[in-house]
Amino acid sequence: MTSPILTARKLNKRYGRVIAMEDCDFDLMPGEILAVIGDNGAGKSTLIKALSGALRPDSGEIRLEGKPVHFSSPIQAREHGIETVYQTLALSPALTIADNMFMGREILKPGIMGSVFRQLDKKKMQNFARDKLTELGLMTIQNIAQTVETLSGGQRQGVAVARAAAFGTNVVILDEPTAALGVKESRKVLDLIKTVKSKGIPIILISHNMPHVFEVADRIHVHRLGKRLCVVDPKQYSMSDAVALMTGAMAPPDQEAVA
Amino acid sequence: MTDAPGSAEERLPEQETVAEFNSSHKSNFHRLLGFLQTTPSAIPLFVLVTAVIIFGILNGNRFFSPFALTLILQQVAIVGIVAVAQSLVILTAGIDLSVGAIAVISSVIMGKFTFDLGIPGELAVLCGLATGLFFGTANGLLVAFVKLPPFIVTLGMWQIVLAANFLYSGSVVIRSEEIAQVAPILQFFGRTITVGGAVFTYGVILLLFLVLLMSYILSQTAWGRHVYAVGDDPDAAELSGVKVKATLVSVYAIGGLICGFAGWALIGRLGSVSPQAGQLANIESITAVVIGGISLFGGRGSVAGTLFGALIVGVFTLGLRLLGADVQWTYLLIGALIIFAVTVDQTIRKVSL
Amino acid sequence: MKYLTTLATAALMTAGMSVAASAADTSVCLITKDATNPFFVKMKEGAQAKADELGVELRSFAGKYDGDHETQVSAIETCIAAGAGGILLVATDSKAITGQVKKARDAGLVVIALDTPLDPMDAADMTFATDNFLAGELIGKWAAKTVDDPANAKIGLININVTQPSVGVLRNQGFLTGFGIDIGDKSKWGDETDSRIVGQEIGNGNAEGGRKGMENLLAINPDINVVYTINEPTAAGAYEALKAFGKQDDAVIVSVDGGCPGVANVEAGVIGATAQQYPLDMAGKGVEAIVKAVETGEMPAATEGKDFFDTGVGLVTDKPVEGLEQLTVEEGKNLCWG
Repeated sequence: MTSPILTARKLNKRYGRVIAMEDCDFDLMPGEILAVIGDNGAGKSTLIKALSGALRPDSGEIRLEGKPVHFSSPIQAREHGIETVYQTLALSPALTIADNMFMGREILKPGIMGSVFRQLDKKKMQNFARDKLTELGLMTIQNIAQTVETLSGGQRQGVAVARAAAFGTNVVILDEPTAALGVKESRKVLDLIKTVKSKGIPIILISHNMPHVFEVADRIHVHRLGKRLCVVDPKQYSMSDAVALMTGAMAPPDQEAVA
Repeated sequence: MTDAPGSAEERLPEQETVAEFNSSHKSNFHRLLGFLQTTPSAIPLFVLVTAVIIFGILNGNRFFSPFALTLILQQVAIVGIVAVAQSLVILTAGIDLSVGAIAVISSVIMGKFTFDLGIPGELAVLCGLATGLFFGTANGLLVAFVKLPPFIVTLGMWQIVLAANFLYSGSVVIRSEEIAQVAPILQFFGRTITVGGAVFTYGVILLLFLVLLMSYILSQTAWGRHVYAVGDDPDAAELSGVKVKATLVSVYAIGGLICGFAGWALIGRLGSVSPQAGQLANIESITAVVIGGISLFGGRGSVAGTLFGALIVGVFTLGLRLLGADVQWTYLLIGALIIFAVTVDQTIRKVSL
Repeated sequence: MKYLTTLATAALMTAGMSVAASAADTSVCLITKDATNPFFVKMKEGAQAKADELGVELRSFAGKYDGDHETQVSAIETCIAAGAGGILLVATDSKAITGQVKKARDAGLVVIALDTPLDPMDAADMTFATDNFLAGELIGKWAAKTVDDPANAKIGLININVTQPSVGVLRNQGFLTGFGIDIGDKSKWGDETDSRIVGQEIGNGNAEGGRKGMENLLAINPDINVVYTINEPTAAGAYEALKAFGKQDDAVIVSVDGGCPGVANVEAGVIGATAQQYPLDMAGKGVEAIVKAVETGEMPAATEGKDFFDTGVGLVTDKPVEGLEQLTVEEGKNLCWG
């Protein structure tokens, strides 16, 4: 049996008297799409923030490929190959696709132009961006030098996912990627998620949309009251079961069976 | 973000094939807006060229001469340099009301240190530049780390620097002749190069050099891209891995340093050190930046546009004076241009969202 | 409650004022356009020296900048409330301030307009000022006697600002009259038809404006040989422009003020001649007049033949011409301010 790529054990986080996470566990297996679902206020965003470096848990342990890691910023998590696509996408609309993909990790020209004059290697960055978009089947975007604001919502999501997939060597976290999209654009983004998975990159998908979750997820992590309630197989459970688990209307199954 | 599902994406291939039937005014309008998004300095350049041609026709050779055209460059040099600093700040969606005051105190430091402390002019110039850098950095730290709105920080800094300037200088002017004798380096940017009828002061050359340098830095270096990203959406920039605070501090600090250079160039232009100079430089620099097509909301525009904006003001001012028009007409037209420029910016932004 | 107390205090002060009128604790208010212009700085010094000498209290107010009318209005209100004996006022807006001045006079304060006459002039009890028309006339006459061929002179004028304040108009029209040019309407500049006038620029009274104004004039006609400037910083700026185009020896600059840097510029050959005014005297004599009026009830009188108290003007030049009373640079330096 393969070992998980990213694990968390007994994570705790309190905000004053509010308990956001209580002895929370988490496991992500290589190459899988793990959906994280939970009712509003269940604490799933706290868990995701802890995994992506946006907050530090009060206690508990996170391991990446078996080694303990401590993130104090999203940048540190990124350096470990964990990329997050935020719900806001974190794109700069007035800048180009290539600019956005390399924001904060620009490539300088070789030789004196780069080392002394700090000149960016725009051509190299554009080629890289074009390759990545092509790989993910996003070449409806015609001009890599066009600004992000000229793109549709789905295309922007595509750019954000492509950026994460390009640099997320270990894990890609997707936070509500279809929430702001219409039916057709959501379709494309789901296809995109599957394509990223086919490259072998494991994905954590946070979503409220049950049909989307059930379509792409290999396993579903049900979060409730600040901790993992259970992990279920979407092939063995229905959407209404999942909702019932989330809301506490159904008791969790015996964990042995799934793990 | 809220586009109809798949709209632009689905339509794109279609547009290629049936372009003849489909190229309505709207799509041409959108194409124009798209062009303006990527080339924000196109409008001010167009306005500038048009204004030069119109005033050239109306005024004849008096205006359309190397002498008059380079005179405009000289007249906008100080405001132009200050406007380069202002551009950097406005690109981060900030505003700097203290630029003029910082330039003036830098020039006063250069003059007073030379004459009161008796240090060499070169050293006094460095002290003046350091003063600009200091006040700029102070602005940046307050904006980035204390998280105060730039308008308020620089409004306060403006008053502080101006008052410090008057207190320290006692409003006393240092005369041109004294400076020429003791420390000619202070008047360095007043020196001229004459090519035919064209007269370029070193101050003008400094302005052009700064515009080229900043254009390169903003478009070709990572720092430049970060400046745009911070102005566009600071949260997105932070999440993308941009050190937003450090970028902001550096922008204000470099702005302050450029203002120090503006103060040095101001001595060159006036010959004298005058604590009462440069009082309107903040408003005039904002005017140049806005007419130059940089968005007050940050993240959009170019320093080349700022140069064009400053030149437009200069062309209007001299052109109308040569026509014998009342000065108020200049203000009236500049006011109209400001509103026009902001309207264009808003239109571009609306279409993009 | 606090508001009521303030009101009550103000009322008491106003009531107490007439009683205190003859007491030794008379106070005098000085309100200037701004607190940074050396002219006003010197004025305050003169007023302070005289106040100390007479043992009265001086309260100084100033606009935050030249043009700050609101601060002057509230300064007058403060002076009324504080029960001052009188006000020396350098008005920023010589028309708009008259309502406030009337309130002060109705409350029993003596109001003397310094430097800038109010509009109408009799809105104040008296005006203590330089005869600005005479100042302009002196430099105009000097310029006409200095240039080679006054009949074919090319004259550029750099004025104060577009609102044409009375001081600026008087100096300008005085200069043109002195030079021998028909000025048309005496109450404004710009209506002259004499072809010797190349242009009328504005320079806001500072070096920046002076340089730009001169550049514009040169663009209109590069052969300008007489330049009138509203004051000496403007003159210094104009000279820089001439120098930049190598024309500093082809044109003569005249100015008004007589500040120490200006006189030094006369010596250095930057300015040909300047009409010197005496702010120290102006303020000192103003304080004296107010104290006298409060103590004896005797109002200050105008200089004979004029409708204001003339504080004097002197023509400073190191290139004297015949038929004019002139001060040498040395003499000018002894009398200069700022």
